[in-house]
Amino acid sequence: MQYFFQQLINGLTLGSIYGLIAIGYTMVYGIIGMINFAHGDIFMIGAFVALIVYLILISIFYAVPVAIALLVMMIVAMLTTSLYNWVIEKVAYRPLRGSFRLAPLITAIGMSIALSNFVQVAQGPRNKPIPPMVSQTYEIGAITVSLKQLIIVLITAALLVIFWYLVNRTPLGRAQRACEQDRKMAALLGIDVDRTISITFIMGAALAAVAGTMFMMYYGVVVFSDGFVPGVKAFTAAVLGGIGSIPGAVIGGLLIGVIESMWSAYFSIDYKDVAAFSILAIVLIFLPSGILGRPEVEKV
Amino acid sequence: MAQAVTTSREESGNVIPYALREAGYAALISFGLFVLLIGLKTDQNIRNELILVPRWGLLAIIVAITAVVRFVYVAYAAPYVEASRRAAAQRKVLVAPVEKGFIRRNFNVIGLAALFLYPVVILALFGVQGSLKWVDNFGIQVLIYVMLAWGLNIVVGLAGLLDLGYVAFYAVGAYAYALLGTHFGLSFWILLPAAGIMAAMWGVMLGFPVLRLRGDYLAIVTLAFGEIIRLVLINWREVTNGSAGISGIPKVTFFGLISFDVSADNYIGKVFGLASSGAYYKIFLYYLIVLLCLLTAFVTVRLRRLPIGRAWEALREDEIACRSLGINTTTTKLTAFAIGAMFAGFAGSFFAARQGFVSPESFVYLESAIVLAIVVLGGMGSLGGIAVAAMVMIGGTEILREMGFLKMVFGEGFTPELYRMLLFGLAVVLVMLWKPRGFVGSREPTAFLHQRKSVAGSFTKEGHA
Repeated sequence: MQYFFQQLINGLTLGSIYGLIAIGYTMVYGIIGMINFAHGDIFMIGAFVALIVYLILISIFYAVPVAIALLVMMIVAMLTTSLYNWVIEKVAYRPLRGSFRLAPLITAIGMSIALSNFVQVAQGPRNKPIPPMVSQTYEIGAITVSLKQLIIVLITAALLVIFWYLVNRTPLGRAQRACEQDRKMAALLGIDVDRTISITFIMGAALAAVAGTMFMMYYGVVVFSDGFVPGVKAFTAAVLGGIGSIPGAVIGGLLIGVIESMWSAYFSIDYKDVAAFSILAIVLIFLPSGILGRPEVEKV
Repeated sequence: MAQAVTTSREESGNVIPYALREAGYAALISFGLFVLLIGLKTDQNIRNELILVPRWGLLAIIVAITAVVRFVYVAYAAPYVEASRRAAAQRKVLVAPVEKGFIRRNFNVIGLAALFLYPVVILALFGVQGSLKWVDNFGIQVLIYVMLAWGLNIVVGLAGLLDLGYVAFYAVGAYAYALLGTHFGLSFWILLPAAGIMAAMWGVMLGFPVLRLRGDYLAIVTLAFGEIIRLVLINWREVTNGSAGISGIPKVTFFGLISFDVSADNYIGKVFGLASSGAYYKIFLYYLIVLLCLLTAFVTVRLRRLPIGRAWEALREDEIACRSLGINTTTTKLTAFAIGAMFAGFAGSFFAARQGFVSPESFVYLESAIVLAIVVLGGMGSLGGIAVAAMVMIGGTEILREMGFLKMVFGEGFTPELYRMLLFGLAVVLVMLWKPRGFVGSREPTAFLHQRKSVAGSFTKEGHA
C-alpha cells in the first residue's frame, strides 16, 4: 500500500507538469480550434531558458537561495516563451486564420520542427545536465516526498487558482470565453478578438514555461528534443479531459501522469508510453469527446 | 481632417520613418527572442560541468539582419505587393481565359520523361561511380517521399481524414520485409505484396475502433498509434532486435534472374561483363521506385473514377450529406485507410530493401509530419502538386549536404547539414503563408456536365472542418 501511495505521489508530480502544458493546448484549441503543435517546443524552450538563467545566476553569485533562483528562472522563462508564442501566433497563425483548416495546423508542425532544430543548432545536440538543485526529502509515515515534488504540486495548485480566477472572474477571461463561443459576435460587441487570441497564446506559453522550469528542476537535464514526448502526452491529456475544457486538461494531465507511473511501477517501464496512449484510444472509443468535453452537435 | 485620417501610410508616400520604427521594434523583439538562446551557448567544460560561452557578435548580426529584413519588407516589399495587387484588381474586369503554356499542358509527359531519363543523364555526367550519390540521395530519396505522400493523399487529400501516424504503416511494411526476408529467405517479389497486405490489415485494425472520431481526435489517436508501433518495435527485443535494428536484409533481385550481390553467380557484373559497382543496384532501385510510384498514381487516378473514390471525395466535402445519401461512411473511411496504408507498406518494404537495415529510428513522428506537410503543401488531392512539393522540400534539404562552398563563406566549422530540418520547418511555414491551399490549389471535378472546370480550393468546404 505504501508503494502505491509513493507511486501516486510520483504520478501526481508528473501529471502536474503535463496538466500545465495541456492547459495551453486546450485554451488555444478552444479559442481558434487549432492544435498548436509547436506548444511542446515552447515548453522545451522554457526549460532551456530556465537552465541558462540558472547557469547565469550560478556564475554571477556562486550560490543562490533555491527559492529566489526558481522565481527568477520562472519569470525569465515565462517572459521569453510568451514572446516566442506571441511572435509565432502573429507571424505563422494569424495570417491563416479564416483560411482552410489544415493550413495553420501545417504551419504549427513546421514551427515545431523549426523551433526544436533551432535550439539544436544554437545550443548543441547534447544532453544538458545540471547538479540537483533541490535534494531535500521528507518522510511522511513510510512515504518519501521530496521537496521538489512538493514545490511542483504547490506551484501548480497556486497557478491553477490564479488561472481559474483570470478566466472566470475578470473581463479578460470573459472576453476569452466570448471569443470561444462566437468570434464574430464577440467582435461585434466590441471585443478586440486579435488581442484576446494573442493573450491566450501568451497565457499558454507562460504556463508551459512554468512547466518547463519544473521539468528542468525535477530531472536536472534538458535536451533540444524534450519538447516532443511531454508535448504529445500533454496533448493526449487535453484530449482525454475533453479538448477545450480547462479543468478537463488538468484532470487529463493528472490521469496520464498517474497511469504512467503506476504502469512503470507495476508492469513494465518500457511500455509506459504505450499504456498512456492506449488509455487515450480506449477512452475516446467510449467517450468520443473526452471526460469533460461537450459533445459536438452536428448541424446541417 | 477626416481625409487625413483615412489616407493610409503608403499613399502619403512617407513610409521610411514608419519602416524605420518597425525595424526598431523587430530588432527589439528579435533581441528578446535570441538573447539567451543565441547570445549564450551552454557548453560542457573539462570537468563535465555546464558553462556559458557568450556569443554577442553572432547575436548582434542576427538582430541586425532581422531589422534590415523588416525594414526592406515594410518600406519596399509590402507597398510593391499592395500596388501590384491593386493593379491586378483593376485590370481583371475582362480577361480572356489564359491559354496554358506548353509545360503546363504537357506536364505529365515531360515529368515522366524526366523521371526515366534522370539516371541516364546522371550516368553521362558523373560516370558510374559518381552517379551513386545523385541517384540514391536525390532520385530514390525524393521518390520514396513522393510515394508516401501519394499514399497519404488518399487518406488526407481524398477522404479528408487527418492521419498523423502514417509512418506506422511504413514501419509495418519495412519490418515485414526485414523479418520475413532475413528469417525465411523469401524474395522481395513475394514480400512486396505481402507487406502491402499486412500494412493494409493494420490499417483496418487501427482504423476500425477510431473512425467514429472526428477531425482532431482522429489526428491525435493516429499519432498515438504511430508512437505505439514505434515503441513496440523498440521494446519487443526478441523479435525486432530493439533499437539495434535488423541488418543484413537481402537485396532485391531482378526476378531471380540477375542478382546485385557481388558474390552471387548471376551478379550483374558477371552477366554483362561489367566492372563491379554499387551503382547498378541503385539504378535498378531507382527504376523500381519509379514503377511503384506510377502504380500508386495509377491506382489513385482510377479509384477516383470508381464509386468508392467518389464516395471518399464526397465524404471529405460533407460527411452529413454523405450519410444522408446512403453512403456507408465506416466502410468508406476504412477502405481509404487500408489503401493508404497498403501503399505505405509497399514503400516500407522498398525502403528496407534499399537500406539493407531497418531500425525504429527511421519511423519517428517527424516522418509522418514531413509526409503530411508535403501533401498539404502540394495541394491536397493533386498528384502533380504533391510530387513538386516532395521534390522541392526533400530535394531542397538534401542539396544542403552538397553545399560545401558555404564553408568558405561562414568558416571551416560550418556544416550546412545541421540546418536541414530548421530550414525545412521554416520553408513549410513560408510556403503555407504564401499559398495556403498548396502549390495546386484548384480542384478538378471527377464528374462534370459538358466541360471540365477547375474550382479554386477556397470554394470547397472540406469535411474535416
